[in-house]
Amino acid sequence: MTMGADKNRRDVPIRGAVGSALPHDSAHLHVSGAALYTDDIAEPRNLLHIALGMSTRPHARIHNLDLSKVLAAAGVVEVLTAEDIPGKNDFGPVIADDPILAPGLVQFVGQPMFAVAADTVEQARRAARLAVIEYEDLDAILDLDEAVAAKSFVLPSEKLQRGDSGAAISAATHSVSGRVRLGGQDQFYLEGQIAMAVPREGGDLYVYSSTQHPGEVQHTVAAALGKQNKDVIVECRRMGGAFGGKESQPAQIACIAALVAARTGRAAKLRLDRDADMIMTGKRHDFVIDYNVGFNDEGEIEGCEFTFASRCGMSADLSGAINDRTMFHSDNAYYLKNITIVSHRCKTNTVSNTAFRGFGGPQGMFAIEYVIDDIAACLGKDPLDVRRRNFYGTTDRNVTPYQQTIEDNIIGEIVDQLERTADYRKRRAELQNYNENSRWLKRGIALTPVKFGISFTATHLNQAGALLHVYTDGTVHLNHGGTEMGQGLFTKVAQVVAEELQIDIDRIKITASDTSKVPNASATAASSGSDLNGKAAQVAARTIKERLIVFAAEHYGVRRDEVRFVNNHVYVGATELTFAELAHQAWFARISLSATGFYRTPKINYNRATFSGRPFYYFAYGAAVSEVVVDVLTGEHRLLRVDVLHDCGQSLNPALDLGQIEGGFIQGAGWLTSEELCWNTDGALTTHAPSTYKIPACSDLPVDFRIAMLESHANREDTIYRSKAVGEPPLMLAISVFHAIRDAVASVGDHKSSPLLQAPATPEAILRAITRMQGGDL
Amino acid sequence: MAQEIEFNLNGEQITCAVEPPTLLVDLLRDRFGLAGIHVACETSRCGSCVIHIDGRSVKSCIILAVEVDGCSVMTIEGLADGERLHPLQTAFGDCGGRQCGFCTPGMVMSALDLLQHNRDPDESEIREWMEGNICHCMGYHNIVGAVQAAASELQADTEV
Repeated sequence: MTMGADKNRRDVPIRGAVGSALPHDSAHLHVSGAALYTDDIAEPRNLLHIALGMSTRPHARIHNLDLSKVLAAAGVVEVLTAEDIPGKNDFGPVIADDPILAPGLVQFVGQPMFAVAADTVEQARRAARLAVIEYEDLDAILDLDEAVAAKSFVLPSEKLQRGDSGAAISAATHSVSGRVRLGGQDQFYLEGQIAMAVPREGGDLYVYSSTQHPGEVQHTVAAALGKQNKDVIVECRRMGGAFGGKESQPAQIACIAALVAARTGRAAKLRLDRDADMIMTGKRHDFVIDYNVGFNDEGEIEGCEFTFASRCGMSADLSGAINDRTMFHSDNAYYLKNITIVSHRCKTNTVSNTAFRGFGGPQGMFAIEYVIDDIAACLGKDPLDVRRRNFYGTTDRNVTPYQQTIEDNIIGEIVDQLERTADYRKRRAELQNYNENSRWLKRGIALTPVKFGISFTATHLNQAGALLHVYTDGTVHLNHGGTEMGQGLFTKVAQVVAEELQIDIDRIKITASDTSKVPNASATAASSGSDLNGKAAQVAARTIKERLIVFAAEHYGVRRDEVRFVNNHVYVGATELTFAELAHQAWFARISLSATGFYRTPKINYNRATFSGRPFYYFAYGAAVSEVVVDVLTGEHRLLRVDVLHDCGQSLNPALDLGQIEGGFIQGAGWLTSEELCWNTDGALTTHAPSTYKIPACSDLPVDFRIAMLESHANREDTIYRSKAVGEPPLMLAISVFHAIRDAVASVGDHKSSPLLQAPATPEAILRAITRMQGGDL
Repeated sequence: MAQEIEFNLNGEQITCAVEPPTLLVDLLRDRFGLAGIHVACETSRCGSCVIHIDGRSVKSCIILAVEVDGCSVMTIEGLADGERLHPLQTAFGDCGGRQCGFCTPGMVMSALDLLQHNRDPDESEIREWMEGNICHCMGYHNIVGAVQAAASELQADTEV
């Protein structure tokens, strides 16, 4: 018997199965300008627009905040200060040291002190400039060295130690020590920070927020207003980029919009302009790294010591976990038998730094790669040989400094393959020849590996929820706690549900992250989006599928194992029906077609007090070869060719994953070469717009860019369809660009020493390094 | 004092009064609801707000609304032919020419200007042309690919 099933379609595989290279679900909306970002949502009646009054001092008491002219300005409806906050004046994600509006004390240039709400954006912004403020300046710490000297820290310093590094370095045949500065980075999401709060009946609030963490925005808004979590709903359909910058920062923006809405009874929107966004919100931490390493004639590391000092800014924000991740990644892919890592989390009178793709990991990895290069220069070896010599083993030499045994090491295999496909050795020889015959242009090449730990290091965050409804026409409403920032998470999770239910992905409605559908979700961060939410959605889909199987078996009198879901159809013994027909029958028989799914990452455990355990469920691997040419007269460089081989496990969606690899790589290259943050001696950020802060442009793209995904390597762990996380790891592939530049600079001195090159390797930094190589000073 | 202007917007003749300091991007977004034009840097550096005035791409965040008096304005919303997307839109969708999509409308409008004046740009011409449009998600690789794919498609269309 068939019940109207479309026989022609029964052999046609579903659209959007797991593993298919499907475009992003919003592709059509993106290209037609119809995708709605928070600023594009139809504005409610009488919407108020908000601007912020920001501190011009890095550290000062506010003696008098005269806002009378602000209040009197045209169109102004409300002006709020810290005193007007009925609940908790704090948006700190971990520690309560982040005031929403500064309460009488400002701690960085740009810190918001008051909010102005007016009928138009322009009125609000004009009025915000009319405040008359009397400051009493206090001593400000603007520099990392100063902070370390003064022991000015936002959190206690940490130390991770294995073996006796001091003794090992003393006993080693060779040793090198040094200090390198590594710059921060602005997230520069194209869509700036924004929130719109809409009052609802009974004092409730509905908040549209561009956020990676709707749950935290909800909880923070409720606390600021002196309300309860149940009184606030936060929604985010999509972000125009985030990169970590919308993990903790959006709570402040949303709180201010919500405060205005609650006080005035009118909807209120706060959208930071670009300058305010760059001045007021946190960035990637810049570091000063001191290192000391001892090694043998082969370049094998005997002992290694790192002291990291990072700029956390005026508050703790997420700096604890970020700096922990720096410590966890200062081994990268290398076995460091005797290692001491000291981490200082410096408090400075600058904006509080925050999450950015890699979350501290890139800085740790940068440190050990820098050291490896120094070792190679000291021994006159190819850095690749030194890298390989120190790689973690697969059966021995495979325990990290934090006592996690690495069970999935494939770095050797990846590097072997890439060395071959990128023609590394041949090109290095050619390059040497080129450099000997070229006085002003020097080429450099480098191969660097990546091993990145996947999971939130705070174990409790590794959980996710999903909500799935099946309607009587067989279409599906999908919701989960993850957020969409362009990475394609919503598409991937929908693919999982399509695969489980064996229906076309077009029959699944992907819906906005919403705290009233899935509660208490973790931030979409730590590359964990697909791993966590994919699994949660799978659980929900399987729950409904199981109910349908039980129903169909009973209804048609067959065994449960005779019910099969294939290609938009369901086979119940000899009966064939569409998924929609079965859904309708199940509804009629009073079977629930709605389910939640919940997932928690297994196996992980970690003791923060001892820095030991298994913080990571698994590792993602990759490697890249970059080749550059440097102009020794100007310090400018060009990226000539890049070869990447990256491990995505069994990819859920190769098109999206390739996009993550490519984008991550270029973003990492921006961090290490052109995106330079500068503060003046008054503590003001001077690079607060794309006119002075150089994001890589289309013309900076490598001339020859070859990206490949490692094939036939399913994740050893039981992740969603054996895929691997891909959000953050590719960013660190760009460390190869930095080292290719360093290699080119080293050729100026015939590779006799390793150049002191600071990051980012801007033309100025490169020129300084070249001048030093030539014996000068700049 | 408000000034009356007349212009053609995505094929429709418009007459409206604007205050002289009003920026074109604000007029188009706020008054006409054309939310596909995005505001990102507000200083003409990022290209998210690119539209066409009389067939040439401009950054609408640094143009005064009164400047389009008597002009023909086209935004991303006016590019598709009804339901049928322009080949550039199709190519940006298919070739992975976007991630978060925020920069995409501006990218498409900039690329359109290029292809209207150079039917067969080579890769380096595309790279140079598109450098006024910033994307921080992607490596531009697929953006260049999308422009190339659209160029081929448009040429094939003309040949037929």
